[in-house]
Amino acid sequence: MESVTAFLSWVETTQLSLFIHESAWAFPTIESIHVIALALVVGSIAIVDLRLLGLASTKRKVTELCREVLPWTWAAFVTAAISGALMFVSHANEYFGNTAFRLKFLLLLLAGVNMMIFQFITYRGVVVWDNEASLPLPARLAGAISLACWIGVVFFGRWIGFTMVLK
Amino acid sequence: MHEFTTWLASTPLSHAIQRALWLIVLLQTIHILAVAMVLSSVAMIELRVLGFTRSQTMTQTAHRFGPWLWTGLVLLASTGIPLIIAEPGRTLDNNPAFLLKMFMLAIAVTAAVVFQVSLRRNAASWESRPRPSTVNVLATVTLFLWFAIAVAGRWIAYVREG
Repeated sequence: MESVTAFLSWVETTQLSLFIHESAWAFPTIESIHVIALALVVGSIAIVDLRLLGLASTKRKVTELCREVLPWTWAAFVTAAISGALMFVSHANEYFGNTAFRLKFLLLLLAGVNMMIFQFITYRGVVVWDNEASLPLPARLAGAISLACWIGVVFFGRWIGFTMVLK
Repeated sequence: MHEFTTWLASTPLSHAIQRALWLIVLLQTIHILAVAMVLSSVAMIELRVLGFTRSQTMTQTAHRFGPWLWTGLVLLASTGIPLIIAEPGRTLDNNPAFLLKMFMLAIAVTAAVVFQVSLRRNAASWESRPRPSTVNVLATVTLFLWFAIAVAGRWIAYVREG
């Protein structure tokens, strides 16, 4: 843990970190981009999750929906990740020690694992249930876990704002 | 307005919401999730207008995502109003970011209504291609207007009295 805080302290001395930290407009601007990107990630993932849960778009093929929506989800996620990283470097040690931040990342990790299990295991059988309104349990579970994780990410993400003492 | 906001901030309702900080976080979380609903619905409709997705008709797309858009707006108002009541000075004391946000919201909602009415009346022309470039420009501008509303919303916290 010592070496992590030492590394993060070094990050905070970089030009990039200092610039974002000291500029009056840089952080709010990056944060605004982060909010739009995360809104698009959560909203688009919800479209797929609700399909998996059989609650919306049930007449559409799962494969078709995924193909149309997920590329945009990825693009938005990359934007959210980059903007998030930029905010992080500006107050690296504080974020790292923040409980809400840690919980947010734990949920992001969970969402990622859930997605990989779905993508590489469950999805392999998609041809069988592509047109079904009601999907097999693993698919429904994936949708439910995904939604729960992302709602949690938004909640703890907001908590960070209330528990950070930004100097 | 300042007298009103001072009075509003002193009401029991305002105090009740303020006391429970977690309630404000919860309201803001639902607000952000509703933003996700609205922005994604608008994006899916715009993508269809611009022809990025073709598997469904314009009418099908609008019927699929329209309800989410309007439900999202209702949720935004339902969470936005208690948030204003909790901290009236933050928004109502002539916060330029808030005023700009409300102004842009009025335009965006009007655009959404006009689009829905137009689609209902001229479904055939909306399905036909090629689309006049004005439509594509308006679609893109509308999308960015919704983004701008979200940005203005975030800036409420950073901007105070104008």
